[in-house]
Amino acid sequence: MEKILEVKGILKIYPNGVIANKDVSVDIEKNTIHAIVGENGAGKTTLMKVIFGITQPQEGEVFYKGEKINLKSPHDAIEIGIGMVHQHLMLAPDLTTAENMVLGIEPLRGKIFLNIDKAFEVTKKVSQDYGFDIPIDKKIKDLPIGIRQRVEILKALFRNAELLILDEPTTFLTPQEIDVLFNTLKDLKNHGKTIIFISHKLKEVKQIADRITVMSDAKIVTTKEASELTEHDIAYLMVGRDISFERISPPEKMGKPLLSVQNISYINDENVKLLNNVSFDIRESEILGLAGVEGNGQSELIKIITGLLKASEGNIYIKGESIKGLSPRVIREMGIAHIPEDRMGYGVADKTSLEENFIVDRYYKSPFSKIFRLIWKYITNHSRKLIEQFKILTLSSKTTVSSLSGGNIQKVVVARELSSEHEILIAAQPTRGIDVGSEEHVHNLLKNTRDAGKAIFLISADLDEILKLSTRIIVIYNGEIVAEFTDVPKISGKYLGPYMLGVKKQEAAVG
Amino acid sequence: MDKFILKYFNLIRTIIAVAIGITISVFIIYVMSETPGLTLRTFLLGPFLSKSRVANIIESASPVIFCGLAIAVAFQAEQFNIGAEGALFIGATVGTAFAVSTHLPIFIHIPLTLLVAGIVGACWSFIPGILKAKWEASELISSLMLNYVAYFLGLYLINYHFRDKGAGYLVSYKLPETAWLNQFIGGTRIHWGIILSLTFAFLVYYFLYHTTLGYEIRTTGFNLRFAKFGGINVFKIIILSQVISGFIAGLGGMTEVMGIHRRFNWQLSPGYGWDGIVVAIIGRNHPLLIIVASLFLSYLSIGGQVLNLLTDIPSEIIVVIQSIIILLITAEAFLSQWKYRITVREAAKKEVAYEPTS
Ligand SMILES: Nc1ncnc2c1ncn2[C@@H]1O[C@H](COP(=O)(O)OP(=O)(O)OP(=O)(O)O)[C@@H](O)[C@H]1O
Ligand SMILES: [Mg+2]
Repeated sequence: MEKILEVKGILKIYPNGVIANKDVSVDIEKNTIHAIVGENGAGKTTLMKVIFGITQPQEGEVFYKGEKINLKSPHDAIEIGIGMVHQHLMLAPDLTTAENMVLGIEPLRGKIFLNIDKAFEVTKKVSQDYGFDIPIDKKIKDLPIGIRQRVEILKALFRNAELLILDEPTTFLTPQEIDVLFNTLKDLKNHGKTIIFISHKLKEVKQIADRITVMSDAKIVTTKEASELTEHDIAYLMVGRDISFERISPPEKMGKPLLSVQNISYINDENVKLLNNVSFDIRESEILGLAGVEGNGQSELIKIITGLLKASEGNIYIKGESIKGLSPRVIREMGIAHIPEDRMGYGVADKTSLEENFIVDRYYKSPFSKIFRLIWKYITNHSRKLIEQFKILTLSSKTTVSSLSGGNIQKVVVARELSSEHEILIAAQPTRGIDVGSEEHVHNLLKNTRDAGKAIFLISADLDEILKLSTRIIVIYNGEIVAEFTDVPKISGKYLGPYMLGVKKQEAAVG
Repeated sequence: MDKFILKYFNLIRTIIAVAIGITISVFIIYVMSETPGLTLRTFLLGPFLSKSRVANIIESASPVIFCGLAIAVAFQAEQFNIGAEGALFIGATVGTAFAVSTHLPIFIHIPLTLLVAGIVGACWSFIPGILKAKWEASELISSLMLNYVAYFLGLYLINYHFRDKGAGYLVSYKLPETAWLNQFIGGTRIHWGIILSLTFAFLVYYFLYHTTLGYEIRTTGFNLRFAKFGGINVFKIIILSQVISGFIAGLGGMTEVMGIHRRFNWQLSPGYGWDGIVVAIIGRNHPLLIIVASLFLSYLSIGGQVLNLLTDIPSEIIVVIQSIIILLITAEAFLSQWKYRITVREAAKKEVAYEPTS
């Protein structure tokens, strides 16, 4: 087999002293889909950044098509035919989709000005070619994260790279979009392209990869043909123990409703109805799963429940009390905790320490502060406990969040919310981007939370997660609840699909 | 050694930036001056050569410290309110008006006058604050514009209503002695306002890093959406951070009037607010570093003045140094490679992949 990329003996140490890659060597064969898996913080993204020229290693060499390369910037990488989709999306927030699409290779009018019509045209064409629907003239910052990820993928595909690196490209995609993407990737492979693919979803890895490299603790554990490994094997190689993918047992008994959503409708600034008469209850010791293709009103629903957005109609009750007009703070105090879907946007302030991130919902309470004085000693201890309990990989509790790996940032959010005093947990994509080992850990925590008599509203793009955890499932399509399933053990993902796509609808589906 | 460098990297970086700035100006002086040796000595050592000049450094640092703190509080909340100059001016004019038209015992007159100036400054900065919070109007622009409004409004107040016609030039009436801040070191004009500015620096430091409101301000600055999500009332914080900023600037302006001239005599806007921006940047919005930065800036400008008096070099040279230093300090990349190499050396020495803290 011909090798398109050879990486030899990479040592990468970050400015803060973290060794992220150590003696990393791997060969990527031409015309294959090569998956890289590993725990959060194992160094996958770092390795990709080295290959793509974003960061330079202290030691080691990279050969591309047999020639030694020395990339100084991503620009150099693009030049020689390497493309990359980043884990934390790298689009210009103030530019439109089309402008981002042609960034750096703009079609010009009169040699100076951007030919915007042409940009629109190519964007539209690319989006049709690859079957990803995106609005072409909206600013990136106004788009939900799922769509931003589509744009980023299209942007990389559009550049027609020989070697395409995809760092967790599916985290924000729906199952249907993932299928579309995988078909595209297989297609590219058939046309002689090579793909490096990173994901924490082992099912996806098995489904698409020809070869698999497992990383752990900054080093390569092994590289094998995908056919030699099962999902369980991979998980075992990654975390060194067996991982359970079984559904959790249903709760012994459920209590009274804690959260009651009644006839919520929401019409946005552009007069589009994004939620239409949504109603449901969640009871003590119940996990209600919300299945649906992303962008069908879930984000708005979550924001309305947590007080970040005002409903146009309807009302929400927490333990029988209306939350109309109440601030996010008061709503939290009534017993809501919230793992947000957009972790970098809402979940953390990444320019400051873990400590300051852990206290955002509790700094004003005793013993975190007395009267108006912050008790740093207590806060530091508290943070250290959370870091230990949630196995967050960090130098210290004073480390800046932005220097953590993606999955570890997610753990910071989960740790804070699960440790807050709450009776209702809104968990939006709680395990997005975290490795199988930690995912199991979070799932167990959710189960414990449930068994402690709390109500959980689980919103996830990952159907397996919904099916694994939920006591009851509702399906949202186009802002409406279109189906409800109480007998979860009997149903499968395939069964939910038509409802999620709006092909099928239960009459009187309101719970 | 490496460990030491890493620990104090930012400080060392600042010192190197300062050194480079001074080196370049030394070079310029050499090229331009007929008597480079003398000029250099005057410039670098001149400010230390007499008691009154050293005192001068300290005196003129005081209002800059106030303004630096004012700017830092707003900047920490990511509110680019650069209205310290206006708040200072309007605070000082109204404060003066208040002081000359009241008769009170000293222990009430002083604090009350300061309070009035502070509150007027606060009200002034409330305007860009509310415009931003309610209508998302850029506080940068509105505070800039308001600086001019404050200037003309303040002058009007002094020149038309509180002008001392006997003085022969455009100044306000003299403040009653009950509103004077005592100059307590003989032969200098060092007054209680300086002690007050240092006290304020410590207070603001404590406020920002050790109180809940300070946390709210900084968190809003780090990520507004995160702050909202966590339940912080960002509407309040956007306004409050600017109001506090205006309060400090207004009060700072008044100490200058009460401590040095004992009457309002600024016919031009004094520029402390602009220097405040400079020291906030050099001090990276940290109250304690702002003290150092203000003293340094003040040293430079006294050096410039001495230069002007005694040599053939214009005082504008200090603007050159200032600009170079600011450029170097704000350029994130400056010396980062150096730091990086040291870190790598340290990490390689340890040779252990790090472990989570326990
Ligand atoms: N910019 C940075 N500065 C300092 N340390 C960093 C930086 N980026 C990553 N690290 C550290 O390097 C290690 C490897 O991070 P990396 O992002 O490569 O992990 P990853 O395998 O991609 O993890 P994940 O699955 O969570 O995305 C982590 O411990 C992380 O804390
Ligand atoms: Mg990563």
